[in-house]
Amino acid sequence: MADFVFYTFALLTLGSALAVVLNKDAVNAALCLLLSLVGLAGLFVLLDAALLAFVLLLVYAGAVVALFLFIIMLLDTTPGAQKPFGKLSAAAAVLGGALLVVGAHTVGINTPATGSAAHVAPSLKNYAELLFTTYLLPVQIVGFMLLIAMLGVIVLSKRFSEAPETGVGRLEAGKAP
Amino acid sequence: MTAIVELWNSLHPMLQAVIKGLAVIGVIFPLGGASSLVERKVSAWMQGRPGPNRALPFWVAWVPGISLLQRLGVFHLLADGGKMFFKEDSLPGHVNKFYFLLAPVVAMIPALTTVTAVPLGAYVDEAGRVVPLILANVDIGLLAVFAVSSLGVYALILAGWASNSKYPFLGGVRASAQLISYELSMTLSVIPVFLWINVPGGEGTLSLAKAVEFQSQPGFLGGMWFIFIMPIAAIVFLVSLFAETNRLPFDMAEGEADLVGGFHTEYGAMKWGLFFVAEYAHMMIGSAVFILLFFGGWNPLPWIPLSLVVGWLGAVSPVLTHPIIVGLLSLGIFVGKVLFMIFVFMWVRWTVPRFRYDQVMKMGWQKLLPLAIGNLLFYAAAIAIRDLQLGVAYWAALAVVTVAATWAIFANPLQKPAL
Repeated sequence: MADFVFYTFALLTLGSALAVVLNKDAVNAALCLLLSLVGLAGLFVLLDAALLAFVLLLVYAGAVVALFLFIIMLLDTTPGAQKPFGKLSAAAAVLGGALLVVGAHTVGINTPATGSAAHVAPSLKNYAELLFTTYLLPVQIVGFMLLIAMLGVIVLSKRFSEAPETGVGRLEAGKAP
Repeated sequence: MTAIVELWNSLHPMLQAVIKGLAVIGVIFPLGGASSLVERKVSAWMQGRPGPNRALPFWVAWVPGISLLQRLGVFHLLADGGKMFFKEDSLPGHVNKFYFLLAPVVAMIPALTTVTAVPLGAYVDEAGRVVPLILANVDIGLLAVFAVSSLGVYALILAGWASNSKYPFLGGVRASAQLISYELSMTLSVIPVFLWINVPGGEGTLSLAKAVEFQSQPGFLGGMWFIFIMPIAAIVFLVSLFAETNRLPFDMAEGEADLVGGFHTEYGAMKWGLFFVAEYAHMMIGSAVFILLFFGGWNPLPWIPLSLVVGWLGAVSPVLTHPIIVGLLSLGIFVGKVLFMIFVFMWVRWTVPRFRYDQVMKMGWQKLLPLAIGNLLFYAAAIAIRDLQLGVAYWAALAVVTVAATWAIFANPLQKPAL
């Protein structure tokens, strides 16, 4: 039973991930990405990592892909206008694949066998404890990276006008160039 | 009654789960439909008109007392439902057919899936423990509700985009921006509640049943509902709930004055009906979560938990403390509260006029979000002081900082609202 569920979710994840890459219509691709994320969440649930699964759904499926769709619809991309693969994306795919293999290998070496002392139960409390102690610095760094990206977007997309007499630097919505 | 319990226990667990799931859906779906009639009646009441009171099938007209049902408009509900199912289900020629047909289905799935993690009542077993009635009693209850209900936005986006027409598209774009904006405040507003619940040394939980359990303890502070302990969190949650369910005054996505019908302009018949039922189902689940978190769940009154009522019933007759009776009682109390919340939704709808879109965005990002963050910081500090027993000086410092921050925000002439 568990095997059958695993294969279903694995097939859903991989199949729709492939469809994301191969689809020429951006909206279809975004929705396939959504399906892929749902499949991934299912796999996490099978691994007893329900928290991770629902955070994935909440953040990526619920918000990030919705914003992708939002942008795609605003830009009104016509399907098939661009070639699916250029030289650059092929190189990126090879590099990404190589990184994936290295990463999987490293994780495979460093992960202790199930049931050993270092194996921590995936409870809410343990997640929180690790995030706020061992992995505090990485979490903060990722947070700052997101903040920098956000500031960059604001600087690029907004036109700063002269400060009004109130003395507060007001952001004026820039007109589309 | 024992026979019923035995029969139930003899069923296969899978079958039990299917029956429970179908039972919950079988209640929510018709309730969603019935809400349409209640909405019409409540709006009529608010505006001083009789409301729908004419429909009466001729073959039941002879039944004595039927005119009462007629005046309540019950048969309008039948007529509406019948119309929805039997009228022509048109499919406009200019739409993206696949996504156009998919959108109403996508609307229903999250609306009916979220209920799995919502406890609907409780009973007291032989050992005196309060056992929640819930489909999936998972540790991350609330997160599951938020995660699945956040998928509801795709129905609106897809419907708006697939309709391939200007107004629905604008509705879909507005919906996606609004739902994502208010999700932040909503999530931030419930964090203080769970900070409060998860006392040091505890297990660490996001379960909604635990939240109710926490509000049914003995003592003054133990029996207090969270609406009294953290009113600002409750207000932020409620306002975000209105925005998340696309209800007036936040129904930007379907404002008929500027967008015809918004994202569902091109829909008709039962496809439109599914959007409608999904909206009411979202309202019900949202109200249920609100009541579980801030209004004591299935406890009848603050400081009077269910277990106390069970004790009183036991004093009258031991038959009344049977789990089935207590379960039904708690379910009745809980559903009663949820229905009252639905009434509040309608009350607000016919009282507060619709916001403008820029007002909605300003309110979400410039008012609610800072309020939610401030509220979170305040309770994080307060809970730290309480748990570490830091003493009066720290409480005084917290009070001073809070007053100063509030003053700085509200008295600053540069920050006057630009609405």
